[in-house]
This record gives sequence, structure tokens and C-alpha cells, in this order.
Amino acid sequence: MSILVFIESAEGAIKKSSLEAVSFAAAMANGSPVVAVAMGSIDSSALAQAGAAGASKVLHIADARLDQGIIQAYATAIAAAMAKEGAKTLVLAKSSLGDPVAARVAIKTNASLVSNVAELPNTNGGFKVKRSIYTGKAFAEVELTAETKILAIKKNAVTLKEDGAPASVEAFSVDFGANDFGMNITSTDKTTGEILLPEAEIVVSGGRGMKGPENWGMLEDLAKALGAATGCSKPVSDIGWRPHHEHVGQTGVKVSPNLYIAVGISGAIQHLAGVNSSKVIVVINKDADAPFFKAADYGIVGDAFEVVPKLTEAIKAAK
Amino acid sequence: MKILVCISHVPDTTSKISFTDNHTKFDSNGVQFIIGPYDDYALARAIEIKEATGGTVTVLNVGEADTEPTIRKALAIGADDAIRVNAFPSDSYFVAQQIASIAKEEKYDMILMGRESIDFNGGMVHGMVGEMLGIPSVSPVMKLEVEGGKAKMAREIEGGKEYLEVSLPLVAGCQEPIAEWKIPNMRGIMSARTKPLKVVEPASNDTRTKLSQYQMPAAKGAVKMVSADNVAELVSLLKNEAKVL
Ligand SMILES: Cc1cc2nc3c(=O)[nH]c(=O)nc-3n(C[C@H](O)[C@H](O)[C@H](O)COP(=O)(O)OP(=O)(O)OC[C@H]3O[C@@H](n4cnc5c(N)ncnc54)[C@H](O)[C@@H]3O)c2cc1C
Repeated sequence: MSILVFIESAEGAIKKSSLEAVSFAAAMANGSPVVAVAMGSIDSSALAQAGAAGASKVLHIADARLDQGIIQAYATAIAAAMAKEGAKTLVLAKSSLGDPVAARVAIKTNASLVSNVAELPNTNGGFKVKRSIYTGKAFAEVELTAETKILAIKKNAVTLKEDGAPASVEAFSVDFGANDFGMNITSTDKTTGEILLPEAEIVVSGGRGMKGPENWGMLEDLAKALGAATGCSKPVSDIGWRPHHEHVGQTGVKVSPNLYIAVGISGAIQHLAGVNSSKVIVVINKDADAPFFKAADYGIVGDAFEVVPKLTEAIKAAK
Repeated sequence: MKILVCISHVPDTTSKISFTDNHTKFDSNGVQFIIGPYDDYALARAIEIKEATGGTVTVLNVGEADTEPTIRKALAIGADDAIRVNAFPSDSYFVAQQIASIAKEEKYDMILMGRESIDFNGGMVHGMVGEMLGIPSVSPVMKLEVEGGKAKMAREIEGGKEYLEVSLPLVAGCQEPIAEWKIPNMRGIMSARTKPLKVVEPASNDTRTKLSQYQMPAAKGAVKMVSADNVAELVSLLKNEAKVL
């Protein structure tokens, strides 16, 4: 029986987190077909890339109204795609759109839904998954008891597969209900050409120790040298030094990159909650007693204003 | 405006998390419980809207009797009355059913809650309730204004935000900076004691997931310190030892 994967795109390409979701489905499919479903205006050639990650086919609902993330319409479309394919499992990447959409699909399809899935399921007796809980401070193994199952996966839950053949792309149309477009998106305010924080493999993050927004240039230079996204602590976005979507932590974005570099952030428990599933953490702080060092893999005690430009140079030199 | 605010009862953000009974029970020993921080934002915004336009704010919690101090705190912050559904909140589906069942009777204009609880971080209840009631659900909402039967909102998306309009009734999962957290004052705390808190039994006991076991993450190794005068060494460690560059 096929597994359906909901894939999101950004700037004309499938998001990396969605390709990871396809790879996750391929790893659990055991040879059954993995079918992706994509919404809105995007090139077929871009969608065929889902094949590299393990999909055999992409259903494309090319309705231009879906260029915007209309939660109810997306849920209707995904449920229709599951019915068409006879799919009893849906996999998607956890995201600000994926979560609210998955919740509605779960009700439409009478499914068990688990979010924050950190590993491939264990199907020895039942269907169990390991999910992260308490904002990354612990895990829970939970059993999905309904016949239909939905998994919203965390970044890095599986290694990205990149060697599959291109997928076929099939147009699919959905009969939307009168209420599906009840949400009217009037405008969007979005940075373009930047690496999205939840998607990034490397994150350079600054705290109150950066003293002011005018000093972010050096963090942006470091991020650029590394191909990283920039993040910040909560007070930094509260004061308005940085936009809210860069706020990392318990009440902000939870990241799990390969490398998280924290500069001038003290390491309060609420900040750590958002970064504790990063593979490697580097802390730069002038206070040797900053709590962040206890959660770090590598640390430098020093003044950010001296260390960061030197680090940027050293990274450029090592390339 | 009739507003329902759904609150979770969760360990304080500074809590050390541990488990008992062979890793099947949360160890609440010494843990301070609070209104979920995101729910607290939703509550604060609901009270601001009520103060500006009139109406009522009811708080709802699905939980056993030990959550009542948390519910009283929400009343002290300014909610008018409260409902406790007397059951352990086993999973998102279980909780969503209780909320939807009460909302079907009460016909709220808005059902607000946090974007996610900070214990299981599911972020699923608002969407489930919206679907069960057949009304729009929006999350994560960082701005909410109500005007002539319509809500104008800003929703956070990766890399920015989008502005949208939705007709009432609706469900919203909220986050900062929708409002500032409110701290109860003395008068609020006194009046909360006598505000109505109704206890009802669950409308259904269905769940769709079952907890097998809790696990703790692997312990982190010791930090390796590098001199500020030798950043090249850090780059070499990241490249050759950690293999992340
Ligand atoms: C319910 C709740 C939720 C919260 N959620 C979050 C959250 O999601 N994310 C979050 O980040 N916080 C959150 N917080 C806030 C958190 O408790 C801390 O207050 C916050 O993380 C501190 O931010 P900071 O490290 O940037 O600032 P500070 O704690 O002020 O630390 C600044 C650091 O910079 C260092 N420094 C100063 N100058 C320099 C220099 N020249 N060079 C190098 N280092 C320097 C200092 O030594 C210090 O360690 C939350 C709090 C609560 C109560």
C-alpha cells in the first residue's frame, strides 16, 4: 500500500525538510510506492526532484489558489490524495504549515497523528514511534492505534536519500468545499533568498551580548561564510533588534541543525530547549561561567567583537 | 464576544524533567506547574479583547483535580468562569474532542489556545477542534484584531509572516507577540476564589495513541575549550573531528 508524503516548496523548489520526509517514507515503505503530493504553481521539473529522495510519483494540484498556505484547503486536498492512492500512512515535515494542516487531515481520515517524530517507526508488534517531548528535554515512545497513521517528522530524523530516479508528475484535481477557502490571505511579508532558519544545516545565533542591532553585520558575515541561517535569543526579538521569526527557544523556533553557533547568549534553560537537538553546539561568550558552556561541544571564552570576525576569516581561509 | 481559552497545565519552563515507574510516569516531585506559556498569551489577548469590546472569557482545561490552582490563576488574570473536564489529557485527539463537544453547545465566537503545549509540543489540538466543528483554524497567530464579525490576523510562516482575514467563529493557536503575559493582581486573586469553576465528565474516552515509555536523551560529553587567540583550531575541530563543515 502506498505511503503519501505532503511536500512543501519555497522559491520554486521542494523544501529540504519535505525531501527528508520523502526519504523517511521511502525508508519505512519496504518497497511499497511512495507518492508525494504538492500544491500550487511549481514546475514539474522541480517536483520530479522528489524522485531523488525516494518518491515514484508526485501528485500535483496546480490550483493557483494553493500558492498560499490555506490550511483548510490543504487538508481537503491531502485527504483526497490519500483516498485516491488508498494510502493509510501520511508523512510530512513538521513546519508552521504542516502542523495545522496535519491536525485537520487526522480528523478527516480518522487517523492517529504523532508530531515531532525523531526516528523511523518500530513495527515489531504494533506501530510505535519515538517522538521528542518537553521541548527536546525527553522522548516518548508512542503507539499509533488507528488504522490510518500520520507522522509529522522532525528535521534530521533520517538521512536524506539523493540517488533515486526522477519521479513522474501527475496532475490531480480536487473538489473543494465552499468553506475550504474561508481564510483570506491579504498580504505576505517574507524574506527571500535567505536560508530559512528551520531548514538550515548551520545556524549562527546572537544574544543580548551583541549589544545592538547595528552589530549583526558580523554575525551575518559569519553566516554567509558558513552558508548558515541567522537566529537570536528571545530578548533580542522582543526588543526588536531582529525579526520574530528568528527567535530560537522554548517559545520560538526549535532548530536541529548540524551546527549551532551561539554568540553572546547566556544559555538560559528556555533558550537551550530550542537548540538541544542540534548535533554540534559552539558557544562564544566573554563570561567563562555562562551556563551555555555546559550544553556546548566546543567553547571559546572571549569578546564576540574580536572572536567573530577572526572566526569568519578562518572559515574563509579553510575553504 | 464570547471567547473560550483552552489552557494546558504544564511544568514550569525551568523544570528538570524526569520519570518514575520504569519510565512510564512523569515525575512531578518538586515540579512547579504553570499555565502553558503560549496559552498564557492567548488568555492575555482574550482579556484585552473583552476589555475593549465587552463579552466573556471562559477558560477550559482538560485535567484532573490537581490542575485547579492553574485554572484559578487564569481566573485571577481575568477570565470570568472556568470549565474543567475531569480527565487526564491522554492525547491531542482526546483533548480536542472534549473542547469540541463543549463548544458545540456553547457556540463561542472564538476559541483561542497556545500554538502548542510545552509538555508534548504537539501543536495539533487547535486544528483538530476546527475540523471537528467545521470552522477555520489558524496557527501560529502573532496578531489578532476583531472587527465587524471578522478577525484580522498575522500568522508566522518560515522567514516572515502573512496577514489574513477570517470570519468568526474560528479557532486560533496563539504565540507572541500577540499580547504581553498578564500577572494577576491582588484583587484578581481574591475574586478568582469565588468565580464559577464547573467540573464536567469527558464526553468521550476515545484516544488514538498510547504511550509505551518515556526516554531521556543521551548525556552530552564535556565541552572542549579553544583559546580565543586560536580560532583556526576551532575551524579544524569542526571540520575534522565533528565533521560538520
Ligand atoms: C516562559 C519563558 C519562556 C522563554 N522562552 C525563551 C525562548 O524561547 N528563547 C530564549 O532565548 N529565551 C527565552 N526566555 C528568556 C530566557 O530566560 C533568557 O532571559 C534569555 O534567553 C536570555 O537571552 P540572552 O542570552 O540573549 O541574554 P542574557 O542572558 O543577557 O545574556 C547575554 C550574554 O552575552 C554575554 N556577553 C555580553 N557581552 C559579550 C561580548 N562582548 N562578547 C561575548 N559575550 C558577551 C554575557 O556574558 C551573557 O552570557 C524565556 C523565558 C521564560 C520565562
